Amino acid sequence: MTAQILSAVFTIIIGVGGCVVYFWTANRLLDVIFPSRGVSGAAAIDNLRRQGYIRPWLFVGPAMLILAVYLIYPVVATLILSVHDRTGQNFVGMANYSWAFGDREFLQAIFNNILWLAVVPAACTFLGLIIAVLTDKIWWGNIAKSLVFAPLAISFVGASVIWKFVYEYRGEGQAQIGILNAIVQYFGGNPQVWISTPFWNNFFLMVILIWIQTGFAMVILSSALRGIPDETIEAATIDGASGFQIFWKIMIPQIWGTIAVVWTTITILVLKVFDIVLTMTNGQWNSNTLANLMFDWMFRGGGDFGRGAAIAVIIMLAVVPIMIWNIRQANREGGGH
Amino acid sequence: MASSTGKSFLGRFGVHIAVLIFVAIWTIPTLGILVSSLRDKNQLAVTGWWTALVTSSQNDDGRLGTAADQVEKDGKFLIMGNLLKAGDNRTISAFGIKSQAPTEFAAGAVADLGDGVTLQVNDDGFYVQSSPVAFEGDRGRRIYFASSMPPRFTTDNYQTVLFSEGIGRSFINSLTVTIPATIIPILIAAFAAYALAWMRFPGRALLIATIIGLLVVPLQMSLIPLLKLYNGVGLFFGVPAKTYLGIWLAHTGFGLPFAIYLLRSYIAGLPREIMESARIDGASDFEIFIKIVLPLSFPVLASFAIFQFLWVWNDLLVAMVFLGSGSDQLVLTGKLNALLGSRGGNWEILTTSAFVTILVPLAVFFSLQRYFVRGLLAGSVKGG
Repeated sequence: MTAQILSAVFTIIIGVGGCVVYFWTANRLLDVIFPSRGVSGAAAIDNLRRQGYIRPWLFVGPAMLILAVYLIYPVVATLILSVHDRTGQNFVGMANYSWAFGDREFLQAIFNNILWLAVVPAACTFLGLIIAVLTDKIWWGNIAKSLVFAPLAISFVGASVIWKFVYEYRGEGQAQIGILNAIVQYFGGNPQVWISTPFWNNFFLMVILIWIQTGFAMVILSSALRGIPDETIEAATIDGASGFQIFWKIMIPQIWGTIAVVWTTITILVLKVFDIVLTMTNGQWNSNTLANLMFDWMFRGGGDFGRGAAIAVIIMLAVVPIMIWNIRQANREGGGH
Repeated sequence: MASSTGKSFLGRFGVHIAVLIFVAIWTIPTLGILVSSLRDKNQLAVTGWWTALVTSSQNDDGRLGTAADQVEKDGKFLIMGNLLKAGDNRTISAFGIKSQAPTEFAAGAVADLGDGVTLQVNDDGFYVQSSPVAFEGDRGRRIYFASSMPPRFTTDNYQTVLFSEGIGRSFINSLTVTIPATIIPILIAAFAAYALAWMRFPGRALLIATIIGLLVVPLQMSLIPLLKLYNGVGLFFGVPAKTYLGIWLAHTGFGLPFAIYLLRSYIAGLPREIMESARIDGASDFEIFIKIVLPLSFPVLASFAIFQFLWVWNDLLVAMVFLGSGSDQLVLTGKLNALLGSRGGNWEILTTSAFVTILVPLAVFFSLQRYFVRGLLAGSVKGG
């Protein structure tokens, strides 16, 4: 055990140290090559100007290099791979895409993904909003918020174990150890095998993501609600508006932009949902989603990179509209200095 | 807005109840695995965790000793023994010899089995079977009994998963992945964010737009080319394709757009005067960054660090693609996923392992919630 910890500490120091050494050495070198101190005035100004040309690239260089290798190159390469065969050697045109839209498994995954997209962002935003409004009214609201928020820190795999235990099935008449079946049995129903009942199992998997993400929606929306000026609400109250009217006609329109942000963020997350499906069902019982299917094809039968890449491109295409909206939004807010 | 609705007592009461229900739904599942991880594994397998504080009872069967065990005493042949294993901590309430009537006789009673054969089972499991003639046959008599267990909590499950199931090892692996994969992107992003906010160079606006676009690029787009690249590099240099360095860089790459986005918007908001007066004093950008910007940016650095830490610690996909599945590289999420396959029915192992894996992120979360929320509000467009 000690040896493992020592080697881990060693590896960590090498990794982090290497990074620190780069920035320090690169900047030091620049100061040495083009000194701005201890030289004549004209030379110093000249060197300062040269430093000014080079230093920004020392600062952004590593970031650009890593972004290029880990995001930009792969996006291009995936597009190219998606029109090649399983090995990535032979050009096959749109064959991978036409295969995908004729494949029962793929269509099932698309269908499930649409189902997830229809339910999860809506459910998270709706529940998040309700909890945000309710917890604002009570003295222990912050404690309640913390507890609803906490699952956001839990991994999808951990959450899957937690919920698999909730859904655990024991035969009829036996004592149930899963709380959901225990409740069903208590009220006289028959215990169900929740996660292997096709179609409905999708919803039981969605519950896990909703459970995790509602806290996110709640925190963002709660802060937006606090941003609504008190005068607006007081004015409405004086005009005789009821609680519901204030909620629907005053509060919701005011935080509409934030709702959109929450909705799109969760939408992107849903498009990529992988861990939950892998650990709960691995796509069995008609519960597959695109991200899990893609992972599957990366390794299935030695790996079919063409088909995997085609599925990745389809996920990407779904994200592009949100991406464009994001850049527009950022430009509207002004690009900084 | 707090006072605008729910003025009546009933309305107020309703709000409390509603929030209480939400909180219950959001905490009970986690509570379930916490309680289960501390329970005796035999109890866990047969009763719900919500009964953990109640004495549980179960029906069992066993066999008495065989003819080889018999002793002769006072002209009778006796077979004696104990139905329960040592340390079982159970109490027998009733027993029977037919499966249709497993609790026919109360514990301590002498049951007449016919032909002068009698059987007595005490509540501690001790039994005496007695017969006027010698027992024959090499199979003991089958017997049914009901036993009850008092509630029992133990840390045995933690001992098991940490030291013999390999969770301890995976814990260290997770730390080895997470700590550098949190610190490296902070360093790289902070320098880049400063340059993008305060330094002038050609192509800056394009770079910023690219980074915002990359915020939402799905991880899936990167996996296959990077897997090919890593395999190629490994083959070319004759080094393993799956290394810790490889996954640090991958996590750095995937975390960078958000890091730069978050840090840049904070650093750009720092007061211009401070930097200009430092520059007039002859400080270079490097010195300004180290001595002024970094210390002032502490809150946003902390926010991002928490995000990245949670994201890396909780990641399964990147670890499955870029790290091996051997015990020297398997991280906690991967280990938990593997246990779900191999130990699918052993809930004492699954619940305990799950609790170990969520312990660190929950601790980080509850102690640093303030920074976490701040980061969430500043950059709620995280792609990753």
